[in-house]
Amino acid sequence: MHRDFWRGDPWKGKPEVSQPTPFSSILLVFGASLVGSVGAAFLKSGAEHLHRDLRSLLTNWRLAAGVVFFLASSILYLKGIKKGELTVLYPMVSLGYVWTLVWSRLFFGEPFTRAKLTGVGVILCGIVLLAMGNR
Amino acid sequence: MGLVLICTFVGAAAQILMKTGTQGTAPDGALQLFLYIFRSPRLFAGYALYGLSTVLLTVALKYGELSLIYPVIALTYVWVTALSVFVFGETLNPFKVVGLCTVIFGVGILGRASRK
Repeated sequence: MHRDFWRGDPWKGKPEVSQPTPFSSILLVFGASLVGSVGAAFLKSGAEHLHRDLRSLLTNWRLAAGVVFFLASSILYLKGIKKGELTVLYPMVSLGYVWTLVWSRLFFGEPFTRAKLTGVGVILCGIVLLAMGNR
Repeated sequence: MGLVLICTFVGAAAQILMKTGTQGTAPDGALQLFLYIFRSPRLFAGYALYGLSTVLLTVALKYGELSLIYPVIALTYVWVTALSVFVFGETLNPFKVVGLCTVIFGVGILGRASRK
């Protein structure tokens, strides 16, 4: 049973039988990656407003928004992977790293560098390989 | 950057605990699921560790660039795959080994960039 960790819904013991990935699943997982990356941007913005006192933590709506976006992202992901091939869907989550590069530049003035683009590209390749290995 | 490394490891431990905690018996409804989490120590520990990893990520983000830190979370995949071998006796195949090395290499590129 444990062998199915990477495939199928983690809430179910048995994986779904491999089937063509429906467009709705792709859309859901795509949405999950987008929402998750927005969550990371809120977390970053919230962290910048964080000081060494409890008040800046408890009244930090940016952090709260980040956590809500993360939760929403995981719900979309779980709904998305109910049907379809995880070899396709799993690496799609890592597209979030690409969106994050964009938000980082737009909202935090972090430049695109060759190292960042190469690093994210190499990580994406690695995750595709991992997903293929779990087929 | 060291903080993110710990964060990914904690996140991977959380995933393993959640997996061993559910065993395919999780209920469907949202409220039932919520109560179920409190009845299963492993599941509860899993979610607690998830929370901890988010806290660590937030602290790391305060001091580093988002674009360098966030992709490093991909290391979670590496730890989960490695832990799955030890905890669940999953087997490694060439794809997984090459994939693991590739992810580590990519994270290394970002890590090097963050020290400049």
